[in-house]
Amino acid sequence: MRLLINKIFLALSIFSAVVGLAFLGWILVTLFIKGLGSFHFSLFLNDLIDGGLRNLIIGQFILAGLASLIGIPLGMTAGIYIQEYGRGKYASMIRDLSDIMMSAPSIVIGAFVYAIIVVPTGGTSGYAGAIALAIMMIPVVINTTDNMLSLVPRELREAGIALGASKYRVILDIVIKAAKVGIMTGILLAFARIIGETAPLLFTSETSNYFSLNLSDSFPSLTVSIYDLANEPEESSRDLAWAASFILTVMVLIINLTGRYITRNKK
Amino acid sequence: MEKIFQKLSLSSASLVFIILMGIFITLFSAAKPAIDEYGINFIFNPAWNKEVAIDLPTSTSLETPSNSTLTDDDAIDDEDDMIEDEDDMMIDDEDNSETKTIYGGLVPIVGTLLTTLIALVFALPIAMGIAVFLAEIAPKNISYFVGIAIELLAAIPSIIFGMWGLYYFAPIVADLVGGYQVSLLTAGLVLGVMILPFMAAITRDSMNTTPAVLKESAYALGATKFEVIKDIIFPYSKVGIIGSIILALGRALGETMAVAFLIGSIFVLPKAINDPTISIPVAMANNFGEASGLGESALFYLALILFIISFAVISLAKFYFLKKAK
Amino acid sequence: MAVMKIKKFSFTYPGVDHPSLKNITLPIEQNKITALIGPSGCGKSTLLRSMNRIHDLYPGNRYEGKIELLNLETKKYNNILEIKKENEFIKLRQQVGMIFQKPTPFPMSIFDNVAYGLRIDGIKNKTELHDRVEVALKGSALWNEVHDRLDRSAMGLSGGQQQRLCIARAVAVKPEVLLFDEPTSALDPISTGAIEELIVELKKDVSIAIVTHNMQQASRISDYTAFMYLGDLVEYDKTENIFLNPKEKQTEDYITGRFG
Repeated sequence: MRLLINKIFLALSIFSAVVGLAFLGWILVTLFIKGLGSFHFSLFLNDLIDGGLRNLIIGQFILAGLASLIGIPLGMTAGIYIQEYGRGKYASMIRDLSDIMMSAPSIVIGAFVYAIIVVPTGGTSGYAGAIALAIMMIPVVINTTDNMLSLVPRELREAGIALGASKYRVILDIVIKAAKVGIMTGILLAFARIIGETAPLLFTSETSNYFSLNLSDSFPSLTVSIYDLANEPEESSRDLAWAASFILTVMVLIINLTGRYITRNKK
Repeated sequence: MEKIFQKLSLSSASLVFIILMGIFITLFSAAKPAIDEYGINFIFNPAWNKEVAIDLPTSTSLETPSNSTLTDDDAIDDEDDMIEDEDDMMIDDEDNSETKTIYGGLVPIVGTLLTTLIALVFALPIAMGIAVFLAEIAPKNISYFVGIAIELLAAIPSIIFGMWGLYYFAPIVADLVGGYQVSLLTAGLVLGVMILPFMAAITRDSMNTTPAVLKESAYALGATKFEVIKDIIFPYSKVGIIGSIILALGRALGETMAVAFLIGSIFVLPKAINDPTISIPVAMANNFGEASGLGESALFYLALILFIISFAVISLAKFYFLKKAK
Repeated sequence: MAVMKIKKFSFTYPGVDHPSLKNITLPIEQNKITALIGPSGCGKSTLLRSMNRIHDLYPGNRYEGKIELLNLETKKYNNILEIKKENEFIKLRQQVGMIFQKPTPFPMSIFDNVAYGLRIDGIKNKTELHDRVEVALKGSALWNEVHDRLDRSAMGLSGGQQQRLCIARAVAVKPEVLLFDEPTSALDPISTGAIEELIVELKKDVSIAIVTHNMQQASRISDYTAFMYLGDLVEYDKTENIFLNPKEKQTEDYITGRFG
């Protein structure tokens, strides 16, 4: 009887795994079929105004890139503080707050940036969108830096200090180097995460039909445009939304897999 | 140089605190007009963007009506009695129909909570099953690859879930269960698929912290895998598992894009689970662009409520995890 | 002559009531090897780590007494417990080096590892760096094995080689004193033998204090031995005396294996 229960349980567990995989497969297959179906290379050559996706793809990368320029240094230095310099309550409070921010609703962050940047400056801008993405990125980078640094053995730091190095040199020359691979993966995964975000951009940088490098106005975004296109009644818009979704997913998965590949080599 | 570096890293760390405080303060001050106007009853009022006529006193009444509640922050229950401005009282023309717009947050709040609940109920057994599979049942190789697959599922942008959900998943659900394709149910289920990998991963990690010696001792006594999982592993990692559930809950509360495609986006309380309705993030996503004045403030009020709920839920998860660490 | 004089030294860890070291008085003789032995928890590592004040990476320690370090140029003793300023700490650690139980190669090339202490001291001249690295590696009996792959990562070395690398790294800075904290307990017997030989060689140039839980090791290589128990210094004497003719009963019990 016990063996029977055991068998049933194991079967259920395997079944769940299959279900999970099935969902993944279903989504990917759908994307492939619908996306590839509407895909043609001219999407990379034309902007949205001409039925292509070029400006949106480039725009999304620019937004994510700018966000990373802000978010990565801030996140890493904060993570270094928490793990290396922080003692006691303040550091652990910041760690907790950062974890909370990591799960905060992205649309609320969008609303926040809307209130403090879009309203005072009189309009949507790429800067506002990038800042919203940066705010989302910072806690993730903090978390990964903190965790990777904590894996570096205590003796390595002591060996550096024992040679007469000051703390910041030990951190920069030795500890960060030792944690380098893990931190890089974490950053790549954070980048993959924000490049797929929509909500924070909805009312901060919105999107644009035109190619633009002007960050002080509405800025083209692949994700926001997918949302707009999907809501349009025309079949062609929705086909374009599928093609865009396909490209977005491929982008995100490639970045994600690259990150994992890096750590895989280390092991 | 050492001091500079220390100060620099301290400032970055403090930024977290500043941003969080900033969000709270900004939301609160942007919501304040709506808070002043509607008070706590905002949470219970299902009327959104409704024009209501204001009943004006007849010309015979010269004294200040007793229900003038301009400076009162407390709830004004009966919207029909609201009086905008003392000056209006002077207008004793009974034909004058002053209207004002009422905003109440009940529908999106309920929508948010219910979609999250549905997502949790749907995802929990599957996520647990996957976690058990990854941690205890699958051989190392399979566990590795399936684990990666699950993590890839987590990496898929939420808007993709919205697209797939709307065009592929929802029609099937509607066929099976009846009712609308865009509804509380379909939104909740797709939300469930979204939080599935997250819950599975954290649960798996929690289960993996069970010391091998503990498991081995149970097996050595002749226990079956199911019994080891039930009696040893689950109790040991219980706290981490509950924490993961609450954390997933927190994530689901704030999800926008997947829900936006599937919930229907109407400010109506659902009578059945397969009725369309709306959630807070979706209300914000759809209306922010055109909103202004009290309407915009009402959206910020919703944002504030969502922020507070998420903050509370996630903090709760953290305390559970903290307990576990001890 | 003593290169370090520990006088009535007591040490208490942060947040703890009772001291981990009580009233220790002990010399570290110049160009000799002094072994600190005793059962687990006796405080020998705590004492060793006080000698280069590495405890102060973790604030809140309480000290009493003095630890005096001889300045080879001025011939004067300075109490290292009074050090407060960053640059004085740095100088202390350049004078008193440390090798740890687990080999701790830095994630950089072999050359960069050995050169690290020199570089942070401001030495940039390539020839000088090269010469000093070579001397240090020869002095650690590692040169022959690695001279043709100095650019390769130190992580590729074996455990015994990594530990010798750490010794070379510490020696390159030309310290007066070298502190060894159970340097061979993570190594196999053959590497252990090589390191022991190396340590004996090194005492020509530096004074050595070594913590070991391996009594045979202490009797093999050290000139002086200090036996500690529960934070007290029970007995200090020439190594032969400690092992062949201990004065204290506790010492004798430990040596003969009755406890610990």
